[in-house]
Amino acid sequence: MSITYLEAICAAQAKALADDPRVYIYGQDVGGFGGAFKATKNLAREFPGRVLDSPISEDAMVGSAIGAAIGGMRPIIEMQFADFSLPGFNQIVNHAATYFWRTNVTCPITIRLPSGGLSGGGPFHSQSLEAIYAHYPGLVVMTPATVEDAYSMLLEAVAIDDPVIYCEHKYLYNHLKADKLPTEAMPTGKARIARPGRDMTIVAYSAMVHEALAIAEELAGEGIEVEVVDLRSIKPLDTDTVMASVARTGRLLCVGEAWPWGGVTAEVIARVASEGFGLLDAPPQRLNAKDTPVPYHPNLWAAHRPTAHSIGLAARKLLRL
Amino acid sequence: MVLTVVSSIRETYLQAYRGMLLARLLDEKFASLYRTGKIHGGVFLGRGQEALSVSIGMKLRPGDIFAPLIRDAAGRLAFGETVLDAIRSYLGSPLGPMRARDGNVHRGTPKTGYLPMISHLGAMVSVVNGALMAHRFQGITGMVGAVSLGEGATSTGSFHEGFNQAAVEKLPLVLVVANNQYAYSTPTSRQFACDELVDKAIGYGVQGHSLDGNDLSACLKVVGDAVDLARRGRGPQLVVARLLRLCGHGEHDDSNYVDPELRSAPFARDCVKVSEEYLLQQSWADQTILDSWRNESIQQIEDAVATVRREPAPDPYAEDWSALSSRHLLEGQEEA
Repeated sequence: MSITYLEAICAAQAKALADDPRVYIYGQDVGGFGGAFKATKNLAREFPGRVLDSPISEDAMVGSAIGAAIGGMRPIIEMQFADFSLPGFNQIVNHAATYFWRTNVTCPITIRLPSGGLSGGGPFHSQSLEAIYAHYPGLVVMTPATVEDAYSMLLEAVAIDDPVIYCEHKYLYNHLKADKLPTEAMPTGKARIARPGRDMTIVAYSAMVHEALAIAEELAGEGIEVEVVDLRSIKPLDTDTVMASVARTGRLLCVGEAWPWGGVTAEVIARVASEGFGLLDAPPQRLNAKDTPVPYHPNLWAAHRPTAHSIGLAARKLLRL
Repeated sequence: MVLTVVSSIRETYLQAYRGMLLARLLDEKFASLYRTGKIHGGVFLGRGQEALSVSIGMKLRPGDIFAPLIRDAAGRLAFGETVLDAIRSYLGSPLGPMRARDGNVHRGTPKTGYLPMISHLGAMVSVVNGALMAHRFQGITGMVGAVSLGEGATSTGSFHEGFNQAAVEKLPLVLVVANNQYAYSTPTSRQFACDELVDKAIGYGVQGHSLDGNDLSACLKVVGDAVDLARRGRGPQLVVARLLRLCGHGEHDDSNYVDPELRSAPFARDCVKVSEEYLLQQSWADQTILDSWRNESIQQIEDAVATVRREPAPDPYAEDWSALSSRHLLEGQEEA
């Protein structure tokens, strides 16, 4: 048996629905149709009345989740694409994220964002928005990179009493497979050493972990041992694991699929430079998507986001510094 | 039987009037504290909207959901808020429901169904929908939710999404729009192009009701009918009340832009005065009784202000600066 990243997301939701009567799923086309990507396939049939089609109303989808959550429910909101969470942005950052701090009443909602690029997605179906959500206090932001994390972190997202932005990567949906679902999980907030190495640290998350692992494998053939750190969640951000890795390697390259201005790579480098300057043998480097909207054509798209190839170029440059 | 009904109408009217009066006097106290620099930030009054607002609060029951807006002191008190908590919120007492983290009109107690507004207009509609959806999931029946809005909020995308969502889900939602003629300084002619706001009900497939908002009897009747219809499963109800905001947008605003002709319109009369005249005319109260009620309310407010002013100010060093309830997910806890 093998299970994909997408099937793991579906299976986690089935388990959440089965285990907890407070859980329901609400989003566009998630009902009988099973979702635009089939992340809720068969769930409406298995859990009648608990997997509901919403109107095309992202603001009201999130707003109603807030009302239901403070009324004792555990809603899972599926945004059809991460890009479409932006019409619901106000309810997420100004309402859900402020709720506990303002009122001392928890607001446990999970918002699933199908994130990142597939070739042909273009400017409005390819965005990686984790950084703008992480910028706001009151949100947890998860960026699972493996089938196991896709499953266990989604279950944890539903169990957490605070609003969680769960960024699932569309490229990984069908590209990643595991033999089985995990029975144990690392806690959210702990980064994972995806590959140990002594010569440099590449910090990545979501789909970029796999691009980093691919180039690490190639560089290993040349005798260069790259340590790959998978952040798993970007908020909380596990600075300790990153710092410990940099302490071992002395060199840091941070990779993200999101745009370059601010964001996760800038945050990681700021923290390492500020708290671990003495650990660095070379200036820390970062690699992001280009500072343009995400392009449509596969040739342009492949050049827009970091890939194993471009990460390799950045890694070789870092080794020369 | 007839006598009982009359007596009940009179008792409701008297209770509503006293609620309006308390809210008016509380608002006046806030304005006075603002002018003497005792309140941080803005002060927003419900002057002219008390009859409509108190009717919402009174027609709801424990277990219902209420999302008031900035001009709803009367409705908030009628729904169960205490004068003490209202004052605590404005004066920023850490003992208030928002613990000085939020203030003025952004206050509520979600556990009792009294939802604290955010400043973004229309945002509360879908939140009340969600609370009603939770009732449906949990098998709780017979409860309604009410949202209070001004006509300006009907221009937002949130309003549209929320109201449409309520209609699609056939939720027991009562949406009360106080068409007070101005959204801050913007007149209705720059806000919408339909003849009557209540006509929007048709487009959403819900029932609409309209009235003059300075007529307390009409407010109690129409809001009460809408709440009853929603409670009996007839789906969302839209209530649009025509009235005039008898104050600035906030106390910083002299509202010199208000059309003088509007001020002389019948619906622009002060609802508190109109109600007092009605009470006297019906011989349900005399001037002595009205004066004693006013004095009682003033005393209640002054006592509460004195209490709050003796309460401690928030201490930034003792503050828990954490926006998450999940403490294990906070960053930097080891260092803290």
